[in-house]
Amino acid sequence: MRIAAALQEQFFSWALRGKPPEASPVTLGQRRVYVLPTRAGIGYAAVLLTMLLGSINYNLSLGYVLTFLLAALGVVAILHTFRNLVRLKVSRGRTPPAFAGEAAAFHLVLAGDSERRALRLWLPEGGTTTIDVPARDSADACLRLPTTKRGWLALPRVGIETTWPLGLIRAWAYCAPDMRCLVYPKPAAKAPPLPWGAGEHGGRRAGGQGSDDFSGLRDHHPADPPRHVAWKIAARQGDEAPLLTKQFDGAAASRIWLDWEATPGEDVETRLSVLTRWALDAHAAGLEWGLRLPERSLAPASGGEHLHAALSVLALHGQG
Amino acid sequence: MAKARSPALSPVQAWWLIATGIAVAAPLVPHIPPWLTIAAGLALLWRTALAWQRKPLPPRWLLVLLVAAGCAGVLWQFRTLFGQNPGVALLILLLALKYLEARTIRDGLAVVFLAFFLALAQFFYSQVIPAAIASTLGVLVATATLLALADPRDPPLATLRRAGVMLLQALPLMLLLFVLFPRVQGPLWALPRDANSARTGLSDTMAPGSISELSQSDAIAFRARFPDGVPPQRQLYWRGPVLSDFDGRAWRPLGEKPQPRLPYTEPDAGGIDYEIIIEPHNRHWLFALELPGATTAAMLATHDYQLLATEPLATRRRLAMRSYPAFHAGSDEDATVRRRAMFLPEGSNPRIRALAAQWRAQARNDDDVLLAAQTFFLRQRLLYTLMPPLLGEQTADEFLFDTKQGFCEHFANAFAVAMRTAGIPARVVTGYQGGELNPVDGWLTVRQYDAHAWTEVWLPGRGWLRIDPTAISAPTRIDLNLAAAVPASDPLPLLMRVDLAWLRDIRFRWDAVTNAWNQWVLGYSPARQRDLLRRLGMREPDWRSMTATLAVLAGLALLALTAWTLRQRRRRDPVLALWERFSHRLGRRGLARRPDEGPHDYAARIATALPQAAADMRAIADLYARLRYGPATTGVGTGLDELRRRMASFAP
Repeated sequence: MRIAAALQEQFFSWALRGKPPEASPVTLGQRRVYVLPTRAGIGYAAVLLTMLLGSINYNLSLGYVLTFLLAALGVVAILHTFRNLVRLKVSRGRTPPAFAGEAAAFHLVLAGDSERRALRLWLPEGGTTTIDVPARDSADACLRLPTTKRGWLALPRVGIETTWPLGLIRAWAYCAPDMRCLVYPKPAAKAPPLPWGAGEHGGRRAGGQGSDDFSGLRDHHPADPPRHVAWKIAARQGDEAPLLTKQFDGAAASRIWLDWEATPGEDVETRLSVLTRWALDAHAAGLEWGLRLPERSLAPASGGEHLHAALSVLALHGQG
Repeated sequence: MAKARSPALSPVQAWWLIATGIAVAAPLVPHIPPWLTIAAGLALLWRTALAWQRKPLPPRWLLVLLVAAGCAGVLWQFRTLFGQNPGVALLILLLALKYLEARTIRDGLAVVFLAFFLALAQFFYSQVIPAAIASTLGVLVATATLLALADPRDPPLATLRRAGVMLLQALPLMLLLFVLFPRVQGPLWALPRDANSARTGLSDTMAPGSISELSQSDAIAFRARFPDGVPPQRQLYWRGPVLSDFDGRAWRPLGEKPQPRLPYTEPDAGGIDYEIIIEPHNRHWLFALELPGATTAAMLATHDYQLLATEPLATRRRLAMRSYPAFHAGSDEDATVRRRAMFLPEGSNPRIRALAAQWRAQARNDDDVLLAAQTFFLRQRLLYTLMPPLLGEQTADEFLFDTKQGFCEHFANAFAVAMRTAGIPARVVTGYQGGELNPVDGWLTVRQYDAHAWTEVWLPGRGWLRIDPTAISAPTRIDLNLAAAVPASDPLPLLMRVDLAWLRDIRFRWDAVTNAWNQWVLGYSPARQRDLLRRLGMREPDWRSMTATLAVLAGLALLALTAWTLRQRRRRDPVLALWERFSHRLGRRGLARRPDEGPHDYAARIATALPQAAADMRAIADLYARLRYGPATTGVGTGLDELRRRMASFAP
């Protein structure tokens, strides 16, 4: 098995012309596109062979014509299929962070000088997706890969194949664009309530509902929690008006520290996952919150950027 | 990537499969039993109805029952399941029933592959040009179906067009394969008995009525081409089976074993060279002008001067021939042969026997007897007709003295009987007489209605002489053709009745096209392939050199096609091209655009690096973004010019 695995490794490094990952964008040159008949193509060849034997046996001149026409059609199909894949440009697209246990979504941007049809992308242990690429334009292919661990998840080798147009021939290529996805720790399913006691001005138990001290309105940011949107105002003003976000003057009351020391248990991953849950809860509650880990801490703040920064710190904890 | 289950057929794909079935099976309808046509049609209708209502397909046990019933039907019809006709019937049955269980793409592929077989099966019955067109249409629809099975999103017309384009692209390679693929003379294994079933043509017995039957057929017997000009019509006696054995009613050949060489020595001069293409008739007979010389191909000759092929003519056969019209053979004929050529059954034709005795009594030699007989035939005012009255036992007597109406076999029969009663060896020769010259391609076409029978008599010191009694009473038959010789009320095949000039012209042209098709497409045999390749300059065309040439040429063609495939197409968006060139220019100052950088980010970066050109840069980036990503407007052309101008004048 080990030899087989080593051979496979050898093959892939040869097939990719260099060790993965590759610099983006990757253009699939003709030397890395492989072409072989599909199972239907083998059946087609068997049919043609039978037809040839029949033509010889019965001296059917038009039988020869028909058989040769279909054989030539098969060759034309090879060219069309090859052409459908070769010189495809694969570039990096977005890779939004995911939580461990969820599927990471890798977006690849495919572009070609001509129209590409029915390209199927697959990952060794992940999902597949089929897309078309319009001529002189690009298309976004999203590949999903299940995640288990927090940290950076590199995009494994991607297979791109096509059997278009006749389904008789399969052309495929491998590429490994230099892409990685940040995987946040999995939020703990069961976590203790938010550690209000760790706040600078502890003692108030607002239960995350610190929304009673309404202080005003500001422009809506996409990262604001939906429950803080001034829906009533939006409904009054109609579709065209910008959304507004309610602001709460509970800064003192709702400032909270999410502290490593306050998490229960000994296991690093469990503690990180509790912190993740807290961060999400605090963010959802619109609190101003800070994060304190043994080796670094984030000052209290709120908003999506802050959440992302905190979750990144948690994701990469102990990984340099 | 092993797919556990093939995906299900979509409704569009089901429609395509139905269209394929109709396209390939329709041309076969005349050749399969009517009940099978009806059954297959019903199956197709049923499938169509199910596709229409999006209902589930019938259960498997029902299909098994239907297959069993269908096989039983084929067995009952043909008494066997093997062979060409039952094979085609079974294929149609399978196709029809496969529809009823076609659920997945893989089933769909099976249907298309069956359709390809059926497109080929059509050629068992006919390989004429219309059959080729019908088959091409079937293949077009089947290819479109393959496309639809792989990707059903295109509209039907676009799918058909793509199929057509791909088939056109396949043509050059197909031609290459057709010309260069080493041909093997089939059959590879014994053909089933029903292959090449009976065809119209001469038979090896002659009784009253057997040749006039052929006069209703305008099927082509053979074609001939004379490079040095066609001999006069009256010399065009195409020798077929020679009949010496007479039982009082029917004439049969003697049936002695043919020999590999001619029974006479070819004369040194007086030969006419010609080429002949004989349509398949499943007999050994070759037709040649009297008297034939040896051909180069392997052949046999009977002792009564008929040429035979070594195998029955199951396919069209092309031969180079030489004949000697003025030559008579057999002056040293064997006594047994002469005796058998004088045999008559006891009590046969007493009236002509009495008359012959009179001729003999008044004659000094055989020549006088022959002259007397010919004079008698002329004086009897015999009528040449396609519809002679029926004759009783004494066919020669009744024809000569009572009915006086007959077709060529009556004339030949009566004359040969008369000669034999007078003691002159005589026999009947059957074959064809005349032919029609096609002015378009210069080939002489001989059809079944040109079938004829005449006699040969043996005179001491002279050998066998041809006497055509029909020519005595109806000389126009020999000088012109059948239509000119028979009464106007006689029914004639359509082609003979045609006297409109334009219709004749069309017929000649169509014949010429068919003849070329027969020779170059259908008649492209191993021999013809070698000939052609030798003429094209191949020194020793055997299968090795052919395969090598084929491989080299096909390889070159593929290489050229691949190069064309890989050629970077330059039909790019001009806006993008300008933008990339611009970025490349800035790259020389280390300010190339990063792949993931949008126009505005890039402009911002350039603006920081080159503050003096910030405004220009922003204008360019804005314009670019508007042209490339903005709504498509009619003013792109002027926008493009402006972009080009701004970029050209951009001087940081």
